[in-house]
Amino acid sequence: MRPGTWKFRREGEEGVIRIELVKRPQHSAFFSAMSPFIAFGLTLVFGAILFAAIGKPPLAALYSYFIEPLSEMWSVHELIIKATPLIMIAVGLSVCYRSNNWNIGAEGQFIFGGIAGSLIPILVPGFQNAATLPLMMIMGMIGGAAYGAIPALLKTRFNTNEILTSLMLVYVAQLFLDWLARGALRDPNGAGFPGSIRLSSAAQLPEIAPSQGGAHLGIVFAVIAAVVVWFMLRSTLKGFEVRLIGSSPRAGRFAGFSAPGMVFFAFLVSGALAGLAGISEVSGAIGQLRETISPGYGFTAIIVAFLGRLNPLGIIAAGLVLALTYLGGEAAQISLGVSDKVARVFQGMLLFFVLGCDTLIHYRIRVAGRAIASAMEKS
Amino acid sequence: MDIAQNVILTIMTAATPLLIAAIGELVVERSGVLNLGVEGMMVIGAVCGFAAAMITGSPWMGVVGGIVAGALLSLLFGFLTLSLATNQVATGLSLTLLGIGVSGLIGESFVGKAGIRLPSLNIPGLTEIPLVGKLLFGQDPIFYLSILLTAGTTWFLFRTRAGLTLRSIGDNHKSAHALGIPVIGYRYLAVMFGGGCAGLAGAHLSLVYTPQWVENMTAGRGWIALALVVFGSWRPWRVLAGAYLFGAVTIGQLHAQALGFGIPSQLLSSLPYLATIVVLVLISRDRRLTIINTPASLGQPFVPDR
Repeated sequence: MRPGTWKFRREGEEGVIRIELVKRPQHSAFFSAMSPFIAFGLTLVFGAILFAAIGKPPLAALYSYFIEPLSEMWSVHELIIKATPLIMIAVGLSVCYRSNNWNIGAEGQFIFGGIAGSLIPILVPGFQNAATLPLMMIMGMIGGAAYGAIPALLKTRFNTNEILTSLMLVYVAQLFLDWLARGALRDPNGAGFPGSIRLSSAAQLPEIAPSQGGAHLGIVFAVIAAVVVWFMLRSTLKGFEVRLIGSSPRAGRFAGFSAPGMVFFAFLVSGALAGLAGISEVSGAIGQLRETISPGYGFTAIIVAFLGRLNPLGIIAAGLVLALTYLGGEAAQISLGVSDKVARVFQGMLLFFVLGCDTLIHYRIRVAGRAIASAMEKS
Repeated sequence: MDIAQNVILTIMTAATPLLIAAIGELVVERSGVLNLGVEGMMVIGAVCGFAAAMITGSPWMGVVGGIVAGALLSLLFGFLTLSLATNQVATGLSLTLLGIGVSGLIGESFVGKAGIRLPSLNIPGLTEIPLVGKLLFGQDPIFYLSILLTAGTTWFLFRTRAGLTLRSIGDNHKSAHALGIPVIGYRYLAVMFGGGCAGLAGAHLSLVYTPQWVENMTAGRGWIALALVVFGSWRPWRVLAGAYLFGAVTIGQLHAQALGFGIPSQLLSSLPYLATIVVLVLISRDRRLTIINTPASLGQPFVPDR
């Protein structure tokens, strides 16, 4: 019995029903646009079931997850703060994944961006002028890109699987940051608590609307990054190279594009953007270097990238949705006592449904039923 | 000399979950499927194993619970990648993210509770033999199972008809399909075997290695298991050697942390991850060798035509 096949018996006649995928001659524009929405809808339905299963009123829980955080201005700002790193990282990842480079170590590149970017204000706190912030941002991007270059180098030079190396480097980065925050960069007047000195105001990203909430300039960087990468992918030769090498490495070779060059390009771009996200988070949201600076943004950004269909503009919307699950998790915990762990379940479910729905873009589902007897006669 | 025996014993205990998860993934990859969700299945196995043991009071039910939970989660991966032909890398990643999320939720009420340890083997007369008694006759039951699994997998893959079929599917699913072999069916079974093994590996962590539940307690071991499959070039006994090597690195750095030496503990803790990278580089440097050993249709989606 093949999977996806069921026997049935009707009016004494035996037969089989088979559900199978039939490749579409052309990809479906309808499902291409709709699949993220279908996936989100399915996540809501299964989320409601999940809430019911753990004994919470489903509708109230969904309300506090997805509506409550949007009802007040300050929490919209919180939403933007959370969405900023997600969008920035995911935009970089879209370049990687489109060119078939599986960078899953953005979390590590984020951390290194945060470290490199905050070196100047921590080690030279007196350096406070108009150049401080730009320098920090550039240092952050260099830090992230350099850390992203390691798996790229190992992949091109030694043929090493980039998935595993980039992920292993996340653990190394986390431990390195922990060591810095407790050792070399610890605030000597911090009463022994881990964490660096607080950044001076000259080293903190300004807030975009201080009277309303805490959202900082990082969101502007994120949107600019998304638009630039969107344009690059859509209308430039480099973008064509990314898409061609991603869909057919062979065709890319014939076109004269360098595959190793693309590996470096993808990892440097995504590393730099993850690094920028890291230093924006440290400088704009946290205000000091701590022993942890990310609640898993680098991994959640993978979900954002796929939910945005690897399109930088779609990623802006997807980043806001995923940021909502972080905030909704906190809101539901306060108002209904729902565990904040549910947020991560939501995020995981969402990615599953997105991937499942993407199948509909390239395949049609066909239900084929036939009687066994007549099939036997034919053959 | 008893110290040496104890050190070797801890190395073997640290290596066992890596070995079991890697053997499971080896079979999956031999069938041509790349399941990057090992970490997720392992952490689900750990929490469900712990929960089952706490609820029933029997660590053996914990072992069963871990295996079943891992296999069920892998079925989800199987449905997406095999029946819906989704991208295996992305789906595996989502399995890991989902597994970590769900395990946190399930395990919330178990955090900080003392667990139940799976009793080690104790054969009066044999276990007390000096030097080797505990190594041969005094370990936990899952350790013996892991050795059996390694031997059994070798036998299955290289000495049975079904094993040959499985490998042929992994090397060329189109030809296998043309020969009338149920490619998707074989792959479902392989994926579930991998899930069961990952779940068992997780249960070993929460029932033997450190009998408690800590969120994210797998700490990247699922990913190291994936690296071990590459390191062992898809051969069970080489994977076993790799697992013990990693067990030694893990235990070695723990001892070094205890002794101090003035080396930052964070640097020592990162050694297993750095070692993974070094080992991967060494093994994949020879491009020809990798190409010969890697199952040829690894990671490629397959939709059977009629």
